[in-house]
Amino acid sequence: MNLPFTITFEKRVADIPKWLPAATSIGSVIVAFIVSGVILKMIGGEPLRVAKFFYEATFGSWATFSDTIVKATPLIMVGLACAVAFKMKLWNIGAEGQFYIGAFAASLVVLIPMVSPDSPKVVVIGLMIIMGMLGGAIWGFFPGYLKARFQVNEIITTLMLNYIAVLWNNFWIFDRWSDAGFQMTPAFEKSAWLPRVTDYAREYGTFIDGGGGLANFMTSIGLERISGMTLHLGVAFGLVAAVVMWWIFDRSRWGYEIKLIGDNPKAARYAGLNITRNIVLVMMVSGALAGLAGMSEITGVVHRLQERISPGYGFTGIIVAWLAKLNPFAVIIVAILFGALIVAGREIQPSGLSQLLQGIILFMVISSDVLLRYKVRLVRAQAAVEAA
Amino acid sequence: MPETPFAVEMKDIVIRFPGVLANDHVNLTLKHGEIHALLGENGAGKSTLMNVLAGLYKQTSGSIKIFGEPVNFNSPKDAIAKGIGMVHQHFMLVPTQTVTENILLGLDEPRFFMNLAEYDQKILALQDQFGLRVDPTAKIWQLSVGEQQRVEILKTLYRGANILIMDEPTAVLAPQEIDELMNTMRSMVDQGKSIIFISHKLHEVTAVADRVTVLRKGKVTAEGHSMEGLTKRDLARLMVGRGVIFAVEKKPQEQGAVVLSVEDVEAENDKGVPALRKLSLAVHAGEILGIAAIAGNGQSELAEVITGLRPCTGSIKINGKEVANKPPIEAIKQGMAHVPEDRTGVGSAPNMTITENTIMKCYREDPIGNGWSIDFTTARQRARKLKDEYDILAPGVRTLARKLSGGNLQKVILAREISAQPQLMIAVQPTRGLDVGAIESIQTLLLAQREAGTAVLLISEEMEELLALSDRIAVISDGRIMGIVNADEADINEIGLMMTGTAVPSKSAEAAG
Repeated sequence: MNLPFTITFEKRVADIPKWLPAATSIGSVIVAFIVSGVILKMIGGEPLRVAKFFYEATFGSWATFSDTIVKATPLIMVGLACAVAFKMKLWNIGAEGQFYIGAFAASLVVLIPMVSPDSPKVVVIGLMIIMGMLGGAIWGFFPGYLKARFQVNEIITTLMLNYIAVLWNNFWIFDRWSDAGFQMTPAFEKSAWLPRVTDYAREYGTFIDGGGGLANFMTSIGLERISGMTLHLGVAFGLVAAVVMWWIFDRSRWGYEIKLIGDNPKAARYAGLNITRNIVLVMMVSGALAGLAGMSEITGVVHRLQERISPGYGFTGIIVAWLAKLNPFAVIIVAILFGALIVAGREIQPSGLSQLLQGIILFMVISSDVLLRYKVRLVRAQAAVEAA
Repeated sequence: MPETPFAVEMKDIVIRFPGVLANDHVNLTLKHGEIHALLGENGAGKSTLMNVLAGLYKQTSGSIKIFGEPVNFNSPKDAIAKGIGMVHQHFMLVPTQTVTENILLGLDEPRFFMNLAEYDQKILALQDQFGLRVDPTAKIWQLSVGEQQRVEILKTLYRGANILIMDEPTAVLAPQEIDELMNTMRSMVDQGKSIIFISHKLHEVTAVADRVTVLRKGKVTAEGHSMEGLTKRDLARLMVGRGVIFAVEKKPQEQGAVVLSVEDVEAENDKGVPALRKLSLAVHAGEILGIAAIAGNGQSELAEVITGLRPCTGSIKINGKEVANKPPIEAIKQGMAHVPEDRTGVGSAPNMTITENTIMKCYREDPIGNGWSIDFTTARQRARKLKDEYDILAPGVRTLARKLSGGNLQKVILAREISAQPQLMIAVQPTRGLDVGAIESIQTLLLAQREAGTAVLLISEEMEELLALSDRIAVISDGRIMGIVNADEADINEIGLMMTGTAVPSKSAEAAG
């Protein structure tokens, strides 16, 4: 090849600047959009119109943005679930199953019922949160214990437990709690619904009705109408979980232990850490977060236990955690991006476009790691000859 | 007769990293068929210079000629094509594959059908030629470190290397393996290879090299000097810029109470073979007990059973508390510090910062541990203080452990272990692979521990080090104590005999007592 220049890769020797990992991630998402645009053009589409439509369908108005956040909510929690396990190099790919068992365990509160449906919302929801997290944690405990005690590969066990979880759920909703033969349970009582913005509107009217400063402010940012917005309290669970996970990773003793075990288990053992206990613990926390996502989904969105409550959130969460480089706050941002892709996927034809974009983003972000390890330089052919 | 071109001619090489001038106008010439030593302290720029020659880094300026031909390497592939092969300090082998498979890895031949038996023969022929014995069908994990190194050398020879760069090849070897390696090196130059030998062990350089180039802080202090007439003392001065006192000063001192007592301990090694047989010993406060043994005679396993990393039978007490077969945390709680044999694999976390590596043992307690959280501000301040105190060379405390040189990483580990103010210190090969300056400072640190009243168990393969530092020396062979001698009255020949498993009657009586 006779290019006027050659591309050289040089190993980075100095410490990389702090901003570089974030910059390469953002850069690779942008590149992914451009590449997808080119592909779209090649198959005869109109990339710019699609982009505009994509934007309008996801971030265009408060109502669509609300939809995007609703889809992002479970992804935040599942993304965090994967991030905590991946930090310790535990490859939990069973978030999907933990999500289902979390949803199942939370529904028990209503379906057994464990408390009277007339109990205050705080009691019902509180109990459902505990049950949801407990369910997910138990589903994480099994592979964690097997890994810690018998060195059973967690990738296989967590993957297989996904199928068991889905079928377990199906048994109950097809056979035991079927609502008039449909593959779903009867709708939950209102006391088991997570508060939604639209319910707030119905109960208290919109902000406008009150008049005054708040109303003016809301009108000025285009939020005069909030009825119909499906945004629910689950997003707050996700945000709180992200802050907690950030504190654990960055400030806590336990986070330090997770990081140390992940980086060098031999050094961790040498430093006196209990690795077996930490494996079980991390798998349980990971499962609990995924279970919380399942609980939030049935109480915030569908209000019953039913088939296919997750369009693969548990697996998308793996991608989310990875793209976010296991940073809890980055998980929120990436989850919103992927929430938008899910929303847009429903609106755009062909619907595979969203998945194409997801795939290209993942590909780009993973390949961008090269930039963190190597410096890429263009060397003019002339200069190269002189140097020789 | 026209002058034959040099095998390698590196001229005015400048290598600049952000904030560091690693090589400052360095010249190096390698004659055809010679062993050329490249000597210098850690961080003097030896490995950097050789990485440029091997195509791994690129020089900022300067030129390289190979047999008179100007070259410009963009990758290791280019260097290999010119017949340059580098034997790295850390081996790059696949443990689950055989010797032959490792040697063939990455080559174009064989293409699809692997007739391994045929290649085994080729490799055996190569072995005969250079006297590098290793079973081609053995899997890498079954081999000793010395044998693995032979595989690395065979790998470069198989690829047709004429110029071999050996990056501190003796650092990982036992004494008798070093002799074998030196024989191999001589046989290679006899057959027309040229060798650059990186080392900071002066006696090895004087033993094997024809010429020497010395680097100090990135600059050449002796360029291609003939070894004739050079003494170890001359080399040391060129290397560190001042005279080196070879014997560190050991003050006479009273021994205290027994801190570590090991009784009738038996343990197996990784392959399930008995490594320790009814071994008993005691270490007192304010004493350094040296362990002398030929590599693989149970000394590594001894350190592991005491530190809780390996199961055993028998009794191990620290300050009277039983720690045998307890998790490592129990020994740590009893005030045990451990400088492990494997700095990178056990002693540190490569992708964590210096700060994070220095708190590995103390993050649970005040002032670093604070309830459930860690006070990273205090941890960083403490790390900065340790960095100054122990003279750790790094851009900052945020630097990752894997970017540190061997000597600096060892200083991080020592800083961590000593700052815990231990009552017992298990130091395994604490100076292996380090340069003269670092060895001296680490030996001084160990003696300071002794003066502070710490009981020190020193396991080393350097006989000079054991004699200089220890109060008593226990000689182990095949997992048994052959004898315990006072370092002052020690007779090296006698120790040597015991190391090879020959009991010396007068001394073994003392061991029993």
